[in-house]
Amino acid sequence: MTPAEIRDAITDILATIAPDDNVEEIRDDVEFREQLELDSMDFLDIVMELRKRFRIQVPEEDYPQLVSMSSTVAYLEPRMNEH
Amino acid sequence: MAHFDAIIIGAGMSGLAAGIRAAYYEKKVCILERHYTIGGLNSFYRLRKRDYDVGLHAVTNYTPKGTKHGPLARLLRQLRFRWDEFDLAQQNYSAVQFPDKQLRFSNDLELLRSEVAREYPDQIDNFERLLTELIDYDDLAPEHFDIDTREWLSEIISDPQLVEMILCPVMWYGNAREHDMDLGQFCIMFRSLFLEGFARPFEGVRLILRKLVKKFRELGGELKLRHGVSQIEVENGTATGVVLDDGTQITADAILSSAGAVETMHLCGQEDSTVTKTVGQMSFIESVASLDCEPKDLGHDATIIFFNDSDTFHWERPHDSLCDLRTGVICTPNNYQYDPSHGPLPDGVMRITAIADYDQWNSLSESEYQSAKTEWQQRAIDSAIRFVPDYQPQIIDTDMFTPTTIRKFTWHDNGAVYGATKKWFSGQSNVKNLYLCGTDQGYVGIIGSIVSGIMIANQYVLQ
Ligand SMILES: Cc1cc2nc3c(=O)[nH]c(=O)nc-3n(C[C@H](O)[C@H](O)[C@H](O)COP(=O)(O)OP(=O)(O)OC[C@H]3O[C@@H](n4cnc5c(N)ncnc54)[C@H](O)[C@@H]3O)c2cc1C
Repeated sequence: MTPAEIRDAITDILATIAPDDNVEEIRDDVEFREQLELDSMDFLDIVMELRKRFRIQVPEEDYPQLVSMSSTVAYLEPRMNEH
Repeated sequence: MAHFDAIIIGAGMSGLAAGIRAAYYEKKVCILERHYTIGGLNSFYRLRKRDYDVGLHAVTNYTPKGTKHGPLARLLRQLRFRWDEFDLAQQNYSAVQFPDKQLRFSNDLELLRSEVAREYPDQIDNFERLLTELIDYDDLAPEHFDIDTREWLSEIISDPQLVEMILCPVMWYGNAREHDMDLGQFCIMFRSLFLEGFARPFEGVRLILRKLVKKFRELGGELKLRHGVSQIEVENGTATGVVLDDGTQITADAILSSAGAVETMHLCGQEDSTVTKTVGQMSFIESVASLDCEPKDLGHDATIIFFNDSDTFHWERPHDSLCDLRTGVICTPNNYQYDPSHGPLPDGVMRITAIADYDQWNSLSESEYQSAKTEWQQRAIDSAIRFVPDYQPQIIDTDMFTPTTIRKFTWHDNGAVYGATKKWFSGQSNVKNLYLCGTDQGYVGIIGSIVSGIMIANQYVLQ
Protein backbone atom coordinates (compact mmCIF):
# COMPACT_ATOMS: atom_id res chain seq x y z
CA MET A 1 0.00 0.00 0.00
CA THR A 2 1.17 3.52 -0.71
CA PRO A 3 1.27 6.08 2.10
CA ALA A 4 -1.78 7.74 0.55
CA GLU A 5 -3.71 4.47 0.62
CA ILE A 6 -2.69 3.83 4.20
CA ARG A 7 -3.84 7.31 5.10
CA ASP A 8 -7.23 6.59 3.54
CA ALA A 9 -7.47 3.34 5.43
CA ILE A 10 -6.80 5.10 8.73
CA THR A 11 -9.26 7.85 7.90
CA ASP A 12 -11.81 5.13 7.31
CA ILE A 13 -11.07 3.55 10.68
CA LEU A 14 -11.45 6.91 12.41
CA ALA A 15 -14.74 7.52 10.60
CA THR A 16 -15.95 4.17 11.88
CA ILE A 17 -14.92 4.88 15.46
CA ALA A 18 -16.28 8.42 15.53
CA PRO A 19 -19.17 8.50 13.04
CA ASP A 20 -20.25 11.98 14.12
CA ASP A 21 -16.81 13.56 13.59
CA ASN A 22 -15.62 15.09 10.38
CA VAL A 23 -12.52 13.00 9.82
CA GLU A 24 -11.88 14.49 6.39
CA GLU A 25 -10.54 17.59 8.09
CA ILE A 26 -7.88 15.84 10.11
CA ARG A 27 -4.50 17.51 10.02
CA ASP A 28 -1.63 15.08 9.68
CA ASP A 29 0.83 16.51 12.18
CA VAL A 30 -1.59 17.27 15.00
CA GLU A 31 -2.29 14.53 17.54
CA PHE A 32 -5.55 12.65 17.00
CA ARG A 33 -6.38 13.25 20.61
CA GLU A 34 -6.51 16.98 20.11
CA GLN A 35 -8.69 16.82 17.05
CA LEU A 36 -11.02 13.99 17.90
CA GLU A 37 -10.70 13.85 21.67
CA LEU A 38 -10.31 10.10 21.60
CA ASP A 39 -10.16 8.50 25.00
CA SER A 40 -8.17 5.40 25.86
CA MET A 41 -11.04 3.12 24.92
CA ASP A 42 -11.23 4.65 21.44
CA PHE A 43 -7.51 4.44 21.07
CA LEU A 44 -7.60 0.71 21.69
CA ASP A 45 -10.24 0.54 19.00
CA ILE A 46 -7.80 1.91 16.45
CA VAL A 47 -5.42 -0.88 17.38
CA MET A 48 -8.17 -3.50 17.19
CA GLU A 49 -9.48 -2.19 13.87
CA LEU A 50 -5.96 -2.51 12.42
CA ARG A 51 -5.88 -6.08 13.59
CA LYS A 52 -9.32 -6.81 12.20
CA ARG A 53 -8.82 -5.17 8.82
CA PHE A 54 -5.15 -5.75 8.08
CA ARG A 55 -4.16 -8.49 10.49
CA ILE A 56 -1.54 -6.16 11.92
CA GLN A 57 -0.73 -6.67 15.55
CA VAL A 58 0.50 -3.48 17.21
CA PRO A 59 2.34 -4.35 20.44
CA GLU A 60 1.59 -2.16 23.42
CA GLU A 61 5.06 -0.61 23.46
CA ASP A 62 4.39 0.77 19.98
CA TYR A 63 1.15 2.55 20.90
CA PRO A 64 2.93 5.93 21.22
CA GLN A 65 3.72 5.67 17.49
CA LEU A 66 0.02 5.99 16.71
CA VAL A 67 -0.50 9.49 18.05
CA SER A 68 -1.04 11.38 14.82
CA MET A 69 -1.85 10.65 11.20
CA SER A 70 1.70 11.16 9.96
CA SER A 71 3.31 9.05 12.67
CA THR A 72 0.75 6.30 12.16
CA VAL A 73 1.30 6.18 8.41
CA ALA A 74 5.08 6.10 8.92
CA TYR A 75 4.73 3.31 11.45
CA LEU A 76 2.36 1.20 9.36
CA GLU A 77 3.94 1.55 5.94
CA PRO A 78 6.71 -1.04 6.31
CA ARG A 79 4.37 -3.37 8.22
CA MET A 80 1.53 -3.20 5.71
CA ASN A 81 3.91 -3.97 2.90
CA GLU A 82 5.44 -7.01 4.55
CA HIS A 83 2.46 -9.12 3.56
CA MET B 1 -20.86 -29.76 21.79
CA ALA B 2 -21.02 -26.12 20.66
CA HIS B 3 -18.05 -23.97 21.65
CA PHE B 4 -17.85 -20.19 21.68
CA ASP B 5 -15.17 -17.60 22.36
CA ALA B 6 -17.67 -15.98 24.68
CA ILE B 7 -21.05 -16.81 26.17
CA ILE B 8 -23.11 -13.98 27.59
CA ILE B 9 -25.85 -14.70 30.08
CA GLY B 10 -28.75 -12.27 29.61
CA ALA B 11 -30.03 -10.20 26.68
CA GLY B 12 -30.57 -7.02 28.67
CA MET B 13 -28.77 -3.79 27.89
CA SER B 14 -25.40 -4.93 29.21
CA GLY B 15 -25.46 -8.35 27.57
CA LEU B 16 -26.42 -6.95 24.17
CA ALA B 17 -23.74 -4.27 24.37
CA ALA B 18 -21.06 -6.77 25.37
CA GLY B 19 -22.22 -9.03 22.56
CA ILE B 20 -21.89 -6.28 19.96
CA ARG B 21 -18.33 -5.53 21.00
CA ALA B 22 -17.32 -9.18 20.90
CA ALA B 23 -19.04 -9.87 17.58
CA TYR B 24 -17.67 -6.71 16.00
CA TYR B 25 -14.16 -8.00 16.56
CA GLU B 26 -15.04 -11.36 15.06
CA LYS B 27 -15.40 -13.35 18.24
CA LYS B 28 -17.74 -16.27 18.11
CA VAL B 29 -20.30 -15.13 20.66
CA CYS B 30 -23.65 -16.33 21.89
CA ILE B 31 -26.14 -14.53 24.14
CA LEU B 32 -28.35 -16.85 26.18
CA GLU B 33 -31.59 -15.38 27.49
CA ARG B 34 -34.16 -17.25 29.54
CA HIS B 35 -37.08 -14.96 28.76
CA TYR B 36 -38.87 -15.09 25.41
CA THR B 37 -37.85 -11.52 24.68
CA ILE B 38 -34.91 -9.16 25.06
CA GLY B 39 -34.47 -6.18 27.35
CA GLY B 40 -34.38 -7.59 30.89
CA LEU B 41 -35.15 -4.87 33.40
CA ASN B 42 -35.83 -2.46 30.58
CA SER B 43 -37.99 -4.38 28.20
CA PHE B 44 -41.31 -3.62 26.50
CA TYR B 45 -44.59 -5.37 25.89
CA ARG B 46 -47.98 -5.01 24.28
CA LEU B 47 -51.21 -5.33 26.21
CA ARG B 48 -54.77 -4.68 25.01
CA LYS B 49 -53.36 -3.08 21.83
CA ARG B 50 -51.16 -0.64 23.72
CA ASP B 51 -47.36 -0.47 23.80
CA TYR B 52 -45.75 -0.35 27.22
CA ASP B 53 -42.19 0.08 28.39
CA VAL B 54 -41.21 -1.89 31.46
CA GLY B 55 -38.66 0.47 32.78
CA LEU B 56 -37.99 3.48 30.69
CA HIS B 57 -38.71 6.76 32.41
CA ALA B 58 -35.71 8.54 31.06
CA VAL B 59 -32.51 7.81 29.27
CA THR B 60 -30.09 9.48 31.69
CA ASN B 61 -26.67 10.94 30.80
CA TYR B 62 -28.13 12.98 27.94
CA THR B 63 -25.53 15.09 26.19
CA PRO B 64 -26.21 16.94 22.92
CA LYS B 65 -24.98 15.81 19.54
CA GLY B 66 -21.31 16.61 19.07
CA THR B 67 -20.40 16.18 22.75
CA LYS B 68 -17.19 14.18 22.94
CA HIS B 69 -17.15 13.29 26.62
CA GLY B 70 -19.38 11.36 28.89
CA PRO B 71 -20.97 7.91 28.84
CA LEU B 72 -23.47 8.55 26.04
CA ALA B 73 -20.84 9.77 23.57
CA ARG B 74 -18.55 6.95 24.58
CA LEU B 75 -21.08 4.18 24.11
CA LEU B 76 -22.24 5.52 20.76
CA ARG B 77 -18.65 5.48 19.50
CA GLN B 78 -17.90 2.07 20.93
CA LEU B 79 -21.04 0.52 19.45
CA ARG B 80 -20.69 2.44 16.17
CA PHE B 81 -23.99 4.28 16.36
CA ARG B 82 -24.56 7.77 15.10
CA TRP B 83 -26.01 10.12 17.72
CA ASP B 84 -29.23 10.51 15.70
CA GLU B 85 -29.94 6.80 15.74
CA PHE B 86 -31.25 6.87 19.31
CA ASP B 87 -33.70 9.63 18.40
CA LEU B 88 -33.31 11.26 21.81
CA ALA B 89 -35.75 14.03 22.68
CA GLN B 90 -34.92 16.15 25.72
CA GLN B 91 -37.09 16.48 28.78
CA ASN B 92 -39.18 19.60 29.41
CA TYR B 93 -38.04 19.85 33.01
CA SER B 94 -38.25 17.67 36.08
CA ALA B 95 -38.64 18.47 39.75
CA VAL B 96 -37.93 17.29 43.26
CA GLN B 97 -40.96 18.05 45.41
CA PHE B 98 -40.99 18.12 49.19
CA PRO B 99 -43.84 19.50 51.33
CA ASP B 100 -43.03 23.19 50.98
CA LYS B 101 -40.17 23.18 48.54
CA GLN B 102 -39.72 22.50 44.89
CA LEU B 103 -36.46 22.26 42.94
CA ARG B 104 -36.91 22.11 39.21
CA PHE B 105 -34.08 20.97 36.97
CA SER B 106 -33.55 20.38 33.27
CA ASN B 107 -30.70 19.45 30.96
CA ASP B 108 -29.37 22.94 31.56
CA LEU B 109 -27.70 23.10 34.96
CA GLU B 110 -28.59 26.80 35.24
CA LEU B 111 -32.18 25.95 36.10
CA LEU B 112 -31.18 23.88 39.12
CA ARG B 113 -28.70 26.56 40.19
CA SER B 114 -31.39 29.23 40.11
CA GLU B 115 -33.87 27.00 41.92
CA VAL B 116 -31.43 26.32 44.74
CA ALA B 117 -30.76 30.04 44.97
CA ARG B 118 -34.50 30.74 45.14
CA GLU B 119 -35.44 28.08 47.70
CA TYR B 120 -32.22 28.05 49.73
CA PRO B 121 -30.50 31.44 49.29
CA ASP B 122 -28.08 30.75 52.15
CA GLN B 123 -26.97 27.47 50.55
CA ILE B 124 -26.13 28.56 47.02
CA ASP B 125 -22.42 28.97 47.74
CA ASN B 126 -22.35 25.55 49.34
CA PHE B 127 -24.15 24.13 46.35
CA GLU B 128 -21.52 25.63 44.06
CA ARG B 129 -18.85 23.98 46.19
CA LEU B 130 -20.65 20.68 45.79
CA LEU B 131 -20.68 21.09 42.01
CA THR B 132 -16.97 21.83 41.97
CA GLU B 133 -16.27 18.70 44.01
CA LEU B 134 -18.39 16.55 41.76
CA ILE B 135 -17.13 17.85 38.47
CA ASP B 136 -13.57 16.74 39.24
CA TYR B 137 -14.54 13.63 41.04
CA ASP B 138 -12.73 10.43 40.19
CA ASP B 139 -15.71 8.16 40.64
CA LEU B 140 -13.98 4.87 40.30
CA ALA B 141 -11.44 5.32 43.06
CA PRO B 142 -12.31 2.36 45.29
CA GLU B 143 -11.97 4.31 48.54
CA HIS B 144 -14.91 6.49 47.54
CA PHE B 145 -17.18 3.52 47.73
CA ASP B 146 -16.51 3.21 51.45
CA ILE B 147 -17.75 6.72 52.16
CA ASP B 148 -21.40 7.29 53.05
CA THR B 149 -22.96 10.10 51.08
CA ARG B 150 -25.33 11.58 53.69
CA GLU B 151 -22.56 12.58 56.04
CA TRP B 152 -20.27 13.73 53.25
CA LEU B 153 -23.02 15.90 51.78
CA SER B 154 -23.93 17.32 55.17
CA GLU B 155 -20.41 18.63 55.53
CA ILE B 156 -20.87 20.69 52.38
CA ILE B 157 -24.59 21.56 52.54
CA SER B 158 -25.62 22.74 55.99
CA ASP B 159 -29.40 22.68 55.46
CA PRO B 160 -30.53 19.11 56.15
CA GLN B 161 -33.64 19.46 54.02
CA LEU B 162 -31.60 20.38 50.95
CA VAL B 163 -29.40 17.34 51.57
CA GLU B 164 -32.53 15.17 51.47
CA MET B 165 -33.83 16.91 48.36
CA ILE B 166 -30.61 16.18 46.52
CA LEU B 167 -30.48 12.58 47.69
CA CYS B 168 -34.06 11.77 46.72
CA PRO B 169 -33.79 11.65 42.91
CA VAL B 170 -30.23 10.35 42.97
CA MET B 171 -31.13 7.38 45.17
CA TRP B 172 -34.30 6.74 43.19
CA TYR B 173 -32.35 6.34 39.98
CA GLY B 174 -29.58 4.11 41.15
CA ASN B 175 -29.07 3.21 44.78
CA ALA B 176 -29.05 -0.49 45.60
CA ARG B 177 -28.35 0.06 49.31
CA GLU B 178 -30.96 0.97 51.89
CA HIS B 179 -30.75 4.23 53.90
CA ASP B 180 -27.50 5.61 52.54
CA MET B 181 -25.50 5.54 49.33
CA ASP B 182 -21.85 4.93 48.48
CA LEU B 183 -20.25 8.20 47.52
CA GLY B 184 -18.79 6.78 44.32
CA GLN B 185 -22.24 5.69 43.16
CA PHE B 186 -23.70 9.04 44.21
CA CYS B 187 -21.19 10.89 42.03
CA ILE B 188 -21.96 8.73 39.01
CA MET B 189 -25.70 9.22 39.44
CA PHE B 190 -25.55 12.93 40.31
CA ARG B 191 -23.71 13.59 37.09
CA SER B 192 -26.01 11.45 35.01
CA LEU B 193 -29.10 13.30 36.32
CA PHE B 194 -28.06 16.87 36.93
CA LEU B 195 -24.87 17.57 34.97
CA GLU B 196 -26.00 15.58 31.94
CA GLY B 197 -29.75 15.02 31.81
CA PHE B 198 -32.88 13.18 30.68
CA ALA B 199 -34.09 12.24 27.23
CA ARG B 200 -36.31 9.65 25.60
CA PRO B 201 -36.73 8.19 22.13
CA PHE B 202 -40.23 8.76 20.79
CA GLU B 203 -40.73 5.03 20.42
CA GLY B 204 -39.38 4.33 23.89
CA VAL B 205 -36.95 1.64 24.86
CA ARG B 206 -37.93 -0.64 22.00
CA LEU B 207 -36.06 1.61 19.60
CA ILE B 208 -32.80 1.24 21.50
CA LEU B 209 -33.24 -2.49 21.96
CA ARG B 210 -34.08 -2.99 18.31
CA LYS B 211 -30.93 -1.15 17.27
CA LEU B 212 -28.79 -3.16 19.64
CA VAL B 213 -30.14 -6.53 18.61
CA LYS B 214 -30.03 -5.73 14.90
CA LYS B 215 -26.40 -4.71 15.14
CA PHE B 216 -25.51 -7.78 17.15
CA ARG B 217 -27.11 -10.10 14.61
CA GLU B 218 -25.64 -8.31 11.59
CA LEU B 219 -22.22 -8.78 13.09
CA GLY B 220 -22.80 -12.52 13.25
CA GLY B 221 -23.67 -12.85 16.93
CA GLU B 222 -26.07 -15.59 17.99
CA LEU B 223 -28.98 -14.70 20.24
CA LYS B 224 -30.91 -17.54 21.80
CA LEU B 225 -34.15 -16.61 23.54
CA ARG B 226 -35.89 -19.14 25.82
CA HIS B 227 -32.42 -20.51 26.55
CA GLY B 228 -31.97 -20.16 30.27
CA VAL B 229 -28.70 -21.07 31.93
CA SER B 230 -29.30 -23.42 34.85
CA GLN B 231 -25.68 -24.01 35.74
CA ILE B 232 -22.22 -22.64 35.09
CA GLU B 233 -19.69 -25.45 34.90
CA VAL B 234 -16.60 -24.85 36.98
CA GLU B 235 -13.55 -27.09 36.91
CA ASN B 236 -10.73 -26.38 39.34
CA GLY B 237 -11.85 -22.83 39.86
CA THR B 238 -12.22 -22.09 36.14
CA ALA B 239 -15.52 -21.68 34.30
CA THR B 240 -15.62 -23.89 31.24
CA GLY B 241 -19.18 -23.65 30.00
CA VAL B 242 -22.85 -23.67 30.86
CA VAL B 243 -25.73 -26.11 31.11
CA LEU B 244 -29.04 -24.86 29.79
CA ASP B 245 -32.45 -25.39 31.38
CA ASP B 246 -33.07 -28.24 28.90
CA GLY B 247 -29.77 -29.92 29.80
CA THR B 248 -27.78 -28.89 26.71
CA GLN B 249 -24.14 -28.12 27.40
CA ILE B 250 -22.21 -25.31 25.73
CA THR B 251 -18.58 -24.49 26.34
CA ALA B 252 -16.76 -21.18 26.06
CA ASP B 253 -13.42 -19.51 26.72
CA ALA B 254 -15.09 -16.69 28.62
CA ILE B 255 -18.50 -16.30 30.25
CA LEU B 256 -20.01 -12.89 30.96
CA SER B 257 -23.00 -12.87 33.24
CA SER B 258 -25.54 -10.09 33.64
CA ALA B 259 -27.73 -12.24 35.89
CA GLY B 260 -26.45 -10.52 39.05
CA ALA B 261 -23.59 -11.34 41.43
CA VAL B 262 -25.45 -13.54 43.89
CA GLU B 263 -27.51 -15.17 41.14
CA THR B 264 -24.33 -15.96 39.17
CA MET B 265 -22.64 -17.43 42.21
CA HIS B 266 -25.63 -19.71 42.68
CA LEU B 267 -25.41 -20.79 39.04
CA CYS B 268 -21.87 -21.95 39.86
CA GLY B 269 -23.31 -24.02 42.69
CA GLN B 270 -21.41 -21.94 45.22
CA GLU B 271 -22.55 -20.57 48.52
CA ASP B 272 -20.56 -17.72 50.00
CA SER B 273 -22.17 -15.76 52.77
CA THR B 274 -20.04 -12.67 52.10
CA VAL B 275 -21.60 -12.53 48.63
CA THR B 276 -25.11 -13.64 49.66
CA LYS B 277 -25.42 -10.91 52.24
CA THR B 278 -24.99 -8.26 49.53
CA VAL B 279 -28.26 -9.27 47.86
CA GLY B 280 -30.30 -6.15 47.08
CA GLN B 281 -33.63 -5.39 48.75
CA MET B 282 -34.88 -2.36 46.88
CA SER B 283 -37.77 -3.21 44.63
CA PHE B 284 -40.71 -1.31 43.26
CA ILE B 285 -44.24 -1.37 42.03
CA GLU B 286 -45.08 0.63 38.98
CA SER B 287 -48.54 1.80 38.01
CA VAL B 288 -49.03 2.85 34.40
CA ALA B 289 -52.18 4.72 33.39
CA SER B 290 -53.17 5.55 29.83
CA LEU B 291 -55.19 8.74 29.51
CA ASP B 292 -57.58 10.05 26.88
CA CYS B 293 -55.79 13.40 26.82
CA GLU B 294 -52.31 14.84 26.98
CA PRO B 295 -51.17 15.41 30.57
CA LYS B 296 -50.28 18.97 29.64
CA ASP B 297 -53.99 19.59 28.99
CA LEU B 298 -54.48 18.93 32.70
CA GLY B 299 -51.82 21.51 33.48
CA HIS B 300 -49.01 19.01 33.98
CA ASP B 301 -45.95 19.64 31.84
CA ALA B 302 -43.10 18.28 34.01
CA THR B 303 -41.30 15.21 32.69
CA ILE B 304 -40.45 13.51 35.98
CA ILE B 305 -41.44 14.40 39.54
CA PHE B 306 -39.54 12.89 42.47
CA PHE B 307 -41.75 13.47 45.49
CA ASN B 308 -41.36 13.00 49.20
CA ASP B 309 -44.05 13.93 51.69
CA SER B 310 -41.90 14.91 54.68
CA ASP B 311 -38.58 16.63 55.32
CA THR B 312 -36.72 13.35 55.62
CA PHE B 313 -36.29 11.01 52.70
CA HIS B 314 -36.65 7.35 53.64
CA TRP B 315 -34.99 4.92 51.26
CA GLU B 316 -35.71 1.50 52.69
CA ARG B 317 -37.83 -1.54 52.00
CA PRO B 318 -41.15 -1.48 53.84
CA HIS B 319 -41.43 -3.98 56.68
CA ASP B 320 -45.05 -3.83 57.70
CA SER B 321 -46.83 -3.08 54.47
CA LEU B 322 -46.50 -4.10 50.84
CA CYS B 323 -45.42 -0.65 49.67
CA ASP B 324 -44.10 2.61 51.03
CA LEU B 325 -45.88 5.57 49.46
CA ARG B 326 -44.15 8.37 51.32
CA THR B 327 -41.91 8.87 48.33
CA GLY B 328 -42.31 8.08 44.66
CA VAL B 329 -41.54 8.97 41.08
CA ILE B 330 -44.11 10.23 38.60
CA CYS B 331 -43.06 10.01 34.98
CA THR B 332 -44.90 11.47 32.01
CA PRO B 333 -43.44 10.17 28.75
CA ASN B 334 -45.51 12.71 26.79
CA ASN B 335 -43.56 15.56 28.33
CA TYR B 336 -40.45 15.31 26.21
CA GLN B 337 -39.61 17.66 23.35
CA TYR B 338 -40.16 15.20 20.53
CA ASP B 339 -39.51 16.17 16.98
CA PRO B 340 -42.85 17.53 15.66
CA SER B 341 -42.66 15.12 12.73
CA HIS B 342 -43.55 12.32 15.15
CA GLY B 343 -46.85 13.89 16.19
CA PRO B 344 -48.07 13.15 19.73
CA LEU B 345 -47.73 9.78 21.53
CA PRO B 346 -50.84 7.61 20.97
CA ASP B 347 -52.12 8.17 24.55
CA GLY B 348 -51.38 10.33 27.51
CA VAL B 349 -49.38 8.30 30.04
CA MET B 350 -48.75 8.71 33.75
CA ARG B 351 -46.39 6.26 35.44
CA ILE B 352 -45.88 6.06 39.19
CA THR B 353 -43.11 4.13 40.88
CA ALA B 354 -43.19 3.35 44.59
CA ILE B 355 -40.98 1.32 46.91
CA ALA B 356 -42.22 -2.22 47.56
CA ASP B 357 -41.15 -5.30 49.46
CA TYR B 358 -40.55 -8.48 47.48
CA ASP B 359 -41.03 -10.94 50.34
CA GLN B 360 -44.46 -9.63 51.25
CA TRP B 361 -45.68 -9.53 47.67
CA ASN B 362 -44.30 -13.00 47.10
CA SER B 363 -46.10 -14.48 50.09
CA LEU B 364 -49.58 -13.57 48.78
CA SER B 365 -51.91 -16.18 47.30
CA GLU B 366 -53.05 -15.58 43.72
CA SER B 367 -56.36 -14.01 44.78
CA GLU B 368 -54.70 -11.90 47.48
CA TYR B 369 -52.14 -10.81 44.93
CA GLN B 370 -54.80 -9.65 42.47
CA SER B 371 -56.67 -7.64 45.08
CA ALA B 372 -53.42 -6.20 46.47
CA LYS B 373 -52.55 -5.02 42.99
CA THR B 374 -55.87 -3.22 42.65
CA GLU B 375 -55.61 -1.72 46.11
CA TRP B 376 -52.02 -0.50 45.79
CA GLN B 377 -52.54 0.83 42.31
CA GLN B 378 -55.26 3.08 43.75
CA ARG B 379 -53.16 4.02 46.75
CA ALA B 380 -50.18 4.87 44.53
CA ILE B 381 -52.37 7.17 42.44
CA ASP B 382 -53.82 8.78 45.59
CA SER B 383 -50.30 9.40 46.81
CA ALA B 384 -49.12 10.87 43.50
CA ILE B 385 -52.02 13.26 43.00
CA ARG B 386 -50.87 15.12 46.06
CA PHE B 387 -48.14 16.42 43.74
CA VAL B 388 -49.70 16.42 40.24
CA PRO B 389 -53.20 17.18 38.90
CA ASP B 390 -55.77 14.44 39.48
CA TYR B 391 -55.79 12.48 36.23
CA GLN B 392 -58.18 9.74 37.28
CA PRO B 393 -61.21 10.91 35.26
CA GLN B 394 -59.05 10.66 32.11
CA ILE B 395 -57.86 7.08 32.67
CA ILE B 396 -58.77 4.69 29.84
CA ASP B 397 -56.54 1.76 30.76
CA THR B 398 -54.08 0.76 33.46
CA ASP B 399 -51.38 -1.77 34.09
CA MET B 400 -49.30 -2.42 37.13
CA PHE B 401 -46.27 -4.48 37.95
CA THR B 402 -44.86 -5.55 41.27
CA PRO B 403 -41.59 -6.94 42.67
CA THR B 404 -42.75 -10.45 41.83
CA THR B 405 -43.31 -9.44 38.19
CA ILE B 406 -39.75 -8.15 38.06
CA ARG B 407 -38.46 -11.39 39.57
CA LYS B 408 -40.55 -13.48 37.23
CA PHE B 409 -39.21 -11.90 34.06
CA THR B 410 -35.62 -11.10 35.00
CA TRP B 411 -34.79 -13.74 37.63
CA HIS B 412 -33.16 -11.10 39.83
CA ASP B 413 -33.37 -12.13 43.49
CA ASN B 414 -35.95 -10.05 45.40
CA GLY B 415 -36.84 -8.25 42.17
CA ALA B 416 -33.99 -5.93 43.18
CA VAL B 417 -33.86 -3.37 40.42
CA TYR B 418 -30.42 -1.97 41.22
CA GLY B 419 -28.91 -5.31 42.13
CA ALA B 420 -26.55 -6.09 44.98
CA THR B 421 -25.52 -3.58 47.63
CA LYS B 422 -21.85 -4.09 46.82
CA LYS B 423 -20.50 -3.78 43.30
CA TRP B 424 -17.77 -5.71 41.49
CA PHE B 425 -16.04 -2.94 39.55
CA SER B 426 -13.28 -5.12 38.16
CA GLY B 427 -15.94 -7.42 36.70
CA GLN B 428 -14.00 -10.39 38.06
CA SER B 429 -15.81 -13.07 39.96
CA ASN B 430 -14.09 -15.59 42.19
CA VAL B 431 -14.12 -18.06 39.29
CA LYS B 432 -11.59 -17.74 36.49
CA ASN B 433 -13.00 -16.87 33.03
CA LEU B 434 -16.32 -15.84 34.56
CA TYR B 435 -17.05 -12.12 34.63
CA LEU B 436 -19.91 -9.95 35.81
CA CYS B 437 -21.40 -7.26 33.61
CA GLY B 438 -24.34 -4.89 34.02
CA THR B 439 -25.98 -3.88 37.25
CA ASP B 440 -23.73 -5.73 39.68
CA GLN B 441 -20.53 -4.76 37.96
CA GLY B 442 -21.40 -1.28 39.12
CA TYR B 443 -23.14 0.75 36.46
CA VAL B 444 -26.91 0.88 36.61
CA GLY B 445 -29.55 2.38 34.38
CA ILE B 446 -29.85 2.01 30.64
CA ILE B 447 -26.75 3.97 29.75
CA GLY B 448 -24.78 2.66 32.72
CA SER B 449 -25.44 -0.98 31.95
CA ILE B 450 -24.59 -0.53 28.26
CA VAL B 451 -21.27 1.06 29.26
CA SER B 452 -20.68 -1.81 31.65
CA GLY B 453 -21.20 -4.43 28.94
CA ILE B 454 -18.77 -2.60 26.66
CA MET B 455 -16.08 -2.28 29.31
CA ILE B 456 -16.23 -5.87 30.43
CA ALA B 457 -16.19 -7.22 26.87
CA ASN B 458 -13.23 -4.99 26.00
CA GLN B 459 -11.30 -6.10 28.99
CA TYR B 460 -11.99 -9.80 29.13
CA VAL B 461 -13.09 -10.90 25.66
CA LEU B 462 -11.08 -8.65 23.39
CA GLN B 463 -7.74 -8.23 25.11
C1 LIG C 1 -39.44 -0.11 36.81
C2 LIG C 1 -38.07 0.24 36.34
C3 LIG C 1 -37.81 1.53 35.88
C4 LIG C 1 -36.56 1.85 35.41
N1 LIG C 1 -36.38 3.08 34.89
C5 LIG C 1 -35.19 3.40 34.33
C6 LIG C 1 -35.02 4.65 33.68
O1 LIG C 1 -35.94 5.43 33.55
N2 LIG C 1 -33.81 4.96 33.17
C7 LIG C 1 -32.76 4.10 33.27
O2 LIG C 1 -31.68 4.43 32.78
N3 LIG C 1 -32.89 2.90 33.88
C8 LIG C 1 -34.08 2.53 34.41
N4 LIG C 1 -34.22 1.32 35.02
C9 LIG C 1 -33.01 0.52 35.27
C10 LIG C 1 -32.53 -0.22 34.05
O3 LIG C 1 -33.62 -0.83 33.43
C11 LIG C 1 -31.51 -1.29 34.46
O4 LIG C 1 -30.50 -0.70 35.24
C12 LIG C 1 -30.84 -1.95 33.24
O5 LIG C 1 -31.79 -2.33 32.30
C13 LIG C 1 -30.03 -3.16 33.72
O6 LIG C 1 -29.51 -3.87 32.63
P1 LIG C 1 -28.62 -5.15 32.87
O7 LIG C 1 -28.18 -5.61 31.53
O8 LIG C 1 -27.61 -4.89 33.88
O9 LIG C 1 -29.57 -6.23 33.55
P2 LIG C 1 -30.92 -6.92 33.09
O10 LIG C 1 -31.72 -6.04 32.26
O11 LIG C 1 -31.54 -7.47 34.30
O12 LIG C 1 -30.43 -8.13 32.19
C14 LIG C 1 -30.20 -9.41 32.70
C15 LIG C 1 -30.83 -10.42 31.78
O13 LIG C 1 -30.40 -11.73 32.15
C16 LIG C 1 -31.47 -12.63 32.02
N5 LIG C 1 -31.19 -13.77 32.87
C17 LIG C 1 -31.13 -13.79 34.22
N6 LIG C 1 -30.81 -15.02 34.66
C18 LIG C 1 -30.65 -15.79 33.56
C19 LIG C 1 -30.28 -17.15 33.35
N7 LIG C 1 -30.02 -17.95 34.36
N8 LIG C 1 -30.20 -17.60 32.07
C20 LIG C 1 -30.46 -16.78 31.01
N9 LIG C 1 -30.80 -15.49 31.16
C21 LIG C 1 -30.89 -15.00 32.42
C22 LIG C 1 -32.68 -11.83 32.43
O14 LIG C 1 -33.85 -12.39 31.91
C23 LIG C 1 -32.36 -10.46 31.84
O15 LIG C 1 -32.86 -10.33 30.53
C24 LIG C 1 -35.50 0.92 35.46
C25 LIG C 1 -35.75 -0.37 35.90
C26 LIG C 1 -37.03 -0.73 36.32
C27 LIG C 1 -37.28 -2.15 36.73
